[in-house]
Amino acid sequence: MSLTRRELLAIGASAIAAASAGPAFAAADFIEGFTEGADVGEGGVTITAPEIAENGNTVPIGVEAAGAVAIAVYADGNPVPNVAVFKFGALNPNQSATTRIRLARSQNVVAVAQMADGSYTMAQAAVKVTIGGCGG
Amino acid sequence: MASGVKPRVKVPKSASAGDIITIKTLISHKMESGQRKDGDGNIIPRSIINRFTADFNGQNVIDVAMEPAISTNPYFQFDATVPEAGEFTFTWYDDDGDVYETKKSIKIG
Repeated sequence: MSLTRRELLAIGASAIAAASAGPAFAAADFIEGFTEGADVGEGGVTITAPEIAENGNTVPIGVEAAGAVAIAVYADGNPVPNVAVFKFGALNPNQSATTRIRLARSQNVVAVAQMADGSYTMAQAAVKVTIGGCGG
Repeated sequence: MASGVKPRVKVPKSASAGDIITIKTLISHKMESGQRKDGDGNIIPRSIINRFTADFNGQNVIDVAMEPAISTNPYFQFDATVPEAGEFTFTWYDDDGDVYETKKSIKIG
């Protein structure tokens, strides 16, 4: 198969476009497990993460979604994308939490919130990792 | 029992009724992810704390299901409403079946 340079570039560009279009995550299957196939909207949930993490072994992240019942956090590029599921009780005023997580490499961190009315919404943050966690 | 596990919790000593307070918790635990290998190339088996809960007078504040992607010495910060004087109970559940519990009481005034 012989391709001209122009064709190759076109294929590359379309591949990149396909990869960045929509929620084409490695974690998509896990997210579907959490939402049980329901549609996932945007907005109403915020995820706070550093743009650049020097040490992937402990990356501080925060999630918040007023009115949420639960928030699940996924790390798209980890060997196991699941990170944690926060469930909020009656005495939780603002449905927010902060913790520290491991990231194997630069990737998107995704928060999916289950709202009180049963709808789902998500947000993501890209984190650049200088030294990956989970190493051995 | 996993060695050297020590929970640490920061809760204000007192608050007004209905106040929102911030709670910080940390427990020392190596949180072995099950991904690492030892010097001979054998996988070190997973050994983590898989669940953390915080309750106030029997009412739930937060319940976290944890995976190996949570860092060593798991840290959580969250807010809680304090409707009356009482006691917070913090519980961590280890993979090996151990349960670590610590309590903090809070006064009104």
